[in-house]
Amino acid sequence: MDKRVALFIPCFVDQMQPQIGLDTVTVLRRLGYKVEYPEDQTCCGQPGFNTGQWDAARPCAERFVKVFRDCEQIVCPSGSCTSMVRTHYPELLKDSTLRDEAVALGKRTFELSEFLVRIAGVSDVGAEFNHSVTYHPSCHATRELGIYEEPLTLLSRVKGLDLRLMKDASECCGFGGMFSTKFGMISSAMGETKVANIESTGAEYVTAVDPSCLMHLDGVLRFKNHTPKAIHIASILAQEAR
Amino acid sequence: MSQLSEEFLVAAAQKSADLTHRSTIKRNMDSYDTAVAKGQTRFADWEAARARSAQVKSEGIRNLASLLETFETKIIARGGHVYWAENSEDARQYICDVAQRNNVKTVVKSKSMVTEEIHLSPALEKLGMTVWETDLGELIVQLRKEPPYHIVTPAMHLTREQIRDLFLEKIPDDVHGETHQELVSAARRFLRRAFFSAEMGISGANFLVADAGMVAISTNEGNGRLTTSLPRIHVVVTGIEKVIPRLEDLGVLWPVLATTGTGQPITTYSTLIGGPKTADEIDGPEEFHVVLVDNGRTEVLADEAQQELLRCIRCGACLNKCPVYRQVGGHTYKSIYPGPIGSALMPIFDGVKEYGHLSYACSLCTACNSVCPVKIKLSDHLLENRRKYVAEGDARLSEKIGFAGFRWAAMSAKRFAFFGWAGRKVLRGALAIGLSPHALGPLATWTKYRAVAAVPKDSFRALWRKQNGTH
Repeated sequence: MDKRVALFIPCFVDQMQPQIGLDTVTVLRRLGYKVEYPEDQTCCGQPGFNTGQWDAARPCAERFVKVFRDCEQIVCPSGSCTSMVRTHYPELLKDSTLRDEAVALGKRTFELSEFLVRIAGVSDVGAEFNHSVTYHPSCHATRELGIYEEPLTLLSRVKGLDLRLMKDASECCGFGGMFSTKFGMISSAMGETKVANIESTGAEYVTAVDPSCLMHLDGVLRFKNHTPKAIHIASILAQEAR
Repeated sequence: MSQLSEEFLVAAAQKSADLTHRSTIKRNMDSYDTAVAKGQTRFADWEAARARSAQVKSEGIRNLASLLETFETKIIARGGHVYWAENSEDARQYICDVAQRNNVKTVVKSKSMVTEEIHLSPALEKLGMTVWETDLGELIVQLRKEPPYHIVTPAMHLTREQIRDLFLEKIPDDVHGETHQELVSAARRFLRRAFFSAEMGISGANFLVADAGMVAISTNEGNGRLTTSLPRIHVVVTGIEKVIPRLEDLGVLWPVLATTGTGQPITTYSTLIGGPKTADEIDGPEEFHVVLVDNGRTEVLADEAQQELLRCIRCGACLNKCPVYRQVGGHTYKSIYPGPIGSALMPIFDGVKEYGHLSYACSLCTACNSVCPVKIKLSDHLLENRRKYVAEGDARLSEKIGFAGFRWAAMSAKRFAFFGWAGRKVLRGALAIGLSPHALGPLATWTKYRAVAAVPKDSFRALWRKQNGTH
């Protein structure tokens, strides 16, 4: 049987961090997957849902269900967007005719590291990254989807990678979607607390499964010229071992 | 935007940037985290204890009316009085009447958030009475003329030096030294006089035990027992949601509350009170009143989606775990209940128009859900409040238009791609000619605190097409 997956690329990754999408493709193809990208996809609706604008979110969610309804397995390089589909669609679409389909879809939509370890059964993706790295367990991946061991498993099998754990790892980085702009001062103070924990590991890189957290952390790190760099896990895993 | 919302933004900006505050709170929270982690290991199965606590509290809430009636019957049978107060004013009036009828001059209080909620002390003081908080932390914030910073540890934002200076200024004769122990002794000397002179003691309640008809009170300083047994009158002020079905339920709730509150196996003084002094007893009040405060709680009860909020046992765990609370501190919220539980409850109690902003002041990290001992999904309630805020038309017009536009664009992949492309093009152009990111309007809220991200020329969609051909 063909190994086949459909990509769910979050809207801001599509627009602002396309490399994370490309790296996701690289990793999946290296493992022998035929990768499809349903080009009709736009946004899962999370921004509206989190802001209380359910009338804006619902059509996005219904559209998402229709775009991906024929896909057997869906992989997404974001824990938060995966959790939107799996954890929150049932509530958002509770009065929709598409509710049952959304529940079923949530069960076959996977965050990248979750897919690799739990579904594909892979722990060594054949990557090499000769740097010290600390892992930030992003909130929705960790607490809503229960993903924690999976990324650590993958990272620990990357050749040359020096994995370092940080203090208070599961504390929020401060992004929180619109929270980061509505309450920029609180968001950045939370970011600074996180940065202090990242820096005290001495790691060159901080990685996570969520591009949005990393976009925020990247901004906070460079704002005050901190040394560590933010990098998505897909971009580490995409570096092929020589 | 409400006045409170604007004040919140200003205060939050100040506190977030206050590094001394941040480190004081961090130090206290770190020691709390350590104590709680250790405390949880004393349970054979912590998760089972949480589940059981949630179950017991739910049972209490589902049978609220009948359990409260059982409780009331028992109290009255022992010669106590039970008053059902519909709102703050009603509760205040009843208590003021009791005090005036008895010619009360001095009132001592043990810690109670409900008395803060109904603004009781100012009402008593207005009638010429002297009111003393007897919990050490509460006394400290009272002397500073501040509201409590935290629902369990009201003075956690202060250092020993600040408290020493406060005592030297306010109660100098009682201060005999500067060590922690000496400062505690100073407060004790001061409070003993208050206890002996008070005619009325006011306490809260941690639980109302229906089958036993008892009020359960937990304190660590013994002040609860002195407040409830020395003065001639004892008034319990409590929210109606504190009722639990059975005495044996305390077997799980007491240790769970102590563990999530402070990491203790059980609170030092765990007291059960059922009425006034009986004929054969030497201690205890002659008059005993229980004031059951509704003040919006039956509205929460009526809303099936949000009634689980009434399970809250006010342990403070969600405040302690909340990264927002850790940055902005308890006073910034300007609400009786700060932190996640307050951000969930206040908009329901006092309206989303006034307090809706608190439901937005959250990154939805869900850490609070993971620590709540009665398993309230706090973040779901913040989301629900946000939905109500929008439904009631309180969202900014620009946001409404923004989301309407976003929705329209997102209904077509072509439109979505076009607007993304155009946005990036403008952004790249602006940055290329050296325009300050602050000039970029709405984007300034991002770039004020963060370096600008590199804006890619091509979207993923475009790159995918280049690599894989157009379908």
